[in-house]
Amino acid sequence: MIHRQKIDALIVGGGPAGLAAALQLYRCGIRDLLIVERERQLGGILRQCIHDGFGLTQFGETLSGPEYAGRFIDEVKRLGIPFVTNTTVLSIAAPEGSGPSFRIVTTASPEGLKEYAAKAVILAMGCRERTRGALAIPGERPTGVFTAGVAQAYINLYNRMPAREAVILGSGDIGMIMARRLTLEGAHVQGVYEVMPYAAGLPRNIEQCLHDYDIPLHLSHTVTDIHGGSRLTGVTVSRVDEDLQPIPGTEQYIPCDTLILSVGLIPENELSLEAGVELDPRTRGALVDEHFMTSVEGIFSAGNVLHVHDLADYVSEEATRLADAASAYIAGDPLPSCTLYVLCGDGTGHVVPQRISGRTDFRLSLRVNRPMEDCRITLRQNGREILSRHLRKALPAEMITLDIPSRILSADGDLTVSVEKEVQS
Amino acid sequence: MTREFTCIVCPNGCRIAVEYEIPAAAGASAPVIRSISGNLCPRGIEYVTQELTDPRRTIATSVLVEGGELPLASVRLTAPIPRDRIFDAMAVIRTLTVQAPVTAGTILVHDLLGLGTDVLVTRDVPAR
Repeated sequence: MIHRQKIDALIVGGGPAGLAAALQLYRCGIRDLLIVERERQLGGILRQCIHDGFGLTQFGETLSGPEYAGRFIDEVKRLGIPFVTNTTVLSIAAPEGSGPSFRIVTTASPEGLKEYAAKAVILAMGCRERTRGALAIPGERPTGVFTAGVAQAYINLYNRMPAREAVILGSGDIGMIMARRLTLEGAHVQGVYEVMPYAAGLPRNIEQCLHDYDIPLHLSHTVTDIHGGSRLTGVTVSRVDEDLQPIPGTEQYIPCDTLILSVGLIPENELSLEAGVELDPRTRGALVDEHFMTSVEGIFSAGNVLHVHDLADYVSEEATRLADAASAYIAGDPLPSCTLYVLCGDGTGHVVPQRISGRTDFRLSLRVNRPMEDCRITLRQNGREILSRHLRKALPAEMITLDIPSRILSADGDLTVSVEKEVQS
Repeated sequence: MTREFTCIVCPNGCRIAVEYEIPAAAGASAPVIRSISGNLCPRGIEYVTQELTDPRRTIATSVLVEGGELPLASVRLTAPIPRDRIFDAMAVIRTLTVQAPVTAGTILVHDLLGLGTDVLVTRDVPAR
């Protein structure tokens, strides 16, 4: 039988969410904790995000991804917060029989298997990229089709150049950042093709990654065929109609040796599902309450594993809030029970948290489901408007956050969040 | 004249409309802004003024590391450079090689091409 070690908090993942959660737990007095990271170093995806723009909210200056992660890693090391790398979490399970609430976490590393009995488990595994398979693009199966993050790792971590002549499918931020990166490294990027009539990434990246380098962005276009034997030789792109269906006769052949996919991110929740955590089909992350606790007691979730964020700074912020609640939970302070639902109304793609108590201040995060200008975000409880705010613009690319004070909430009745075009009076 | 800009200073990405004139006086080429709207903060005005006169950008790339745990160390510029000098800057940075161990925060090049910016290492690479 494997020795089972008792622990207050086990954090799954040493990226921006896990690091921020660990630091805040420590500041709240939780010292018996452990960060478990499957890669060889802490930092998560930030290790390969060498571009700047990180840290404006957290540190008031613009940093590269490695520097941003470095600030947190240095602090973790300075405080002596325990972490293990090269270690993967195999499972999170309920304890045998009844008794005190804890979770059994099994990890694997080159040293072997280990088991922990954790009062709180913090899910901070981040997200992964959608692939060609997920899109079901027809055509041949040559090499030269990469997700943006894989191309980013090749160039920024392993010194391998994946492309000379590239086409980018999808206008996610990483795709646009890679368009610039490939151009700086001497490749030619033919263009970015986006199936939706609007960009998936942030406006500033369209400006500084595409416009600055004369890389065209083709909206309402997609790749409809992939050509090549052993290596990609070209792709066919087509214009799509309002139902996103390719329009016959609009096919255009583009010779290229590389196709980069930046077609969406998916929270990585296989471990959560096996642990019995209920997911929200809208976010594809856990359903959480205002304390970031999932449907399973003692399991918390924050960052990109909960819902895909637009900025790393907001991931750190969310994980810090999680740690405030988790430390209270570990200390045995009863958290108010959350029985009221937060529902998506018109114009809203998803909301987090999905459950609240109605008795505590909380931060609402949401995304709109289409671009809107001059719109109004409205919160209703029991059909009554409790908060309304004008937004000059709202883009699906951007996460919107609102701080909701408890004084406007009632302790019963679900909330509905909607974002609608401002009606001219 | 009117022009629209997407501000890149922060993730808000404000769409800023600006009305400006180029003074006719000989030698004076600095545009005079008549009106500006859409910016959420004063940094937007600074950005647009800079864009109209001398657009500047920073770049991030990497340099080769000898004897390191990783083949590359990421670097960035400490201050933006004229946009049309980006590829000149890349050409210089591409020739750099450093010996491991490398520490984040090390300046590899002072005053790159006389542009008033340094090349800064942004990650540690321990020796192999």
